[in-house]
Amino acid sequence: MEADGDLLLRLRSGDERAFVSLVELYQGPMLRLASSFVPSQAVAEEVVQDTWLALLRGLEGFQGRSSLKTWLFRILVNQARTTGTREHRSVPVADPEPAVDPARFNAAGGWADPPDRWVDLAAERGLAERIRGWIDLLPARQREVIILRDVEGLDSDEVCAVLAISQTYQRVLLHRGRGRLRQLAEDELREVR
Amino acid sequence: MRLLRSRDLVCQQAVELVTDYLEGRLRRSARRRFEAHLAACPHCTEYLAQMRETIRLTGQVAPEALTPQMRDDLVELYRRWKSGGR
Repeated sequence: MEADGDLLLRLRSGDERAFVSLVELYQGPMLRLASSFVPSQAVAEEVVQDTWLALLRGLEGFQGRSSLKTWLFRILVNQARTTGTREHRSVPVADPEPAVDPARFNAAGGWADPPDRWVDLAAERGLAERIRGWIDLLPARQREVIILRDVEGLDSDEVCAVLAISQTYQRVLLHRGRGRLRQLAEDELREVR
Repeated sequence: MRLLRSRDLVCQQAVELVTDYLEGRLRRSARRRFEAHLAACPHCTEYLAQMRETIRLTGQVAPEALTPQMRDDLVELYRRWKSGGR
């Protein structure tokens, strides 16, 4: 992909092809991200459309201190949060819960109920198809971090910039979210056995 | 059974370090303790493998499709922005 700087120049000068290339690159990921915030596909599409409009209106003032992608996702998250989202008001402080249920350890802190093996069964049991639905079960903040990091592939600095959170809090949310998804995968395979 | 040293990690502590480990955020001494624990503990090794698999599976969630209608709407949006006073 071309450098943000060139793309910005072309966008500002009204180059339609530059805009279309940006749309082709980010419309799908933005829809995926938006639909994790809002209750329906129609609202997600609206939020994404509003994001593009906000991008165009902000083009002149954009300083390029963050990447175009980070900026776009930050606009999207802000749009989504103010557009009647689910749970968007819950801003918990660091979540003290552990990633693994304490009941699974013995008094000395060793595994009493060790993890069931499922990695080899993941493909055969279609876990990749299930995980999208499981992400939606996560608390809002964990869901946002999981989507940005593990689905969209942003790095930790970008995620912190998009969500305006600290590195430490980001890791707490990532740890809890991934831990919960791992547990759901294990539960799924336990049930069918 | 060898004597448990006070600096040794137990499983319940080790699983809570997995993300810091994968993020490269453990100090060298903590990383060594974590890796020493894994080397002796098949269950925590399995746990780490499952976390890696979870991350890999999450990365496979497909983006949603850009429909021709969306593309047309957005091109229209761009044209309106271009012709509007900016």
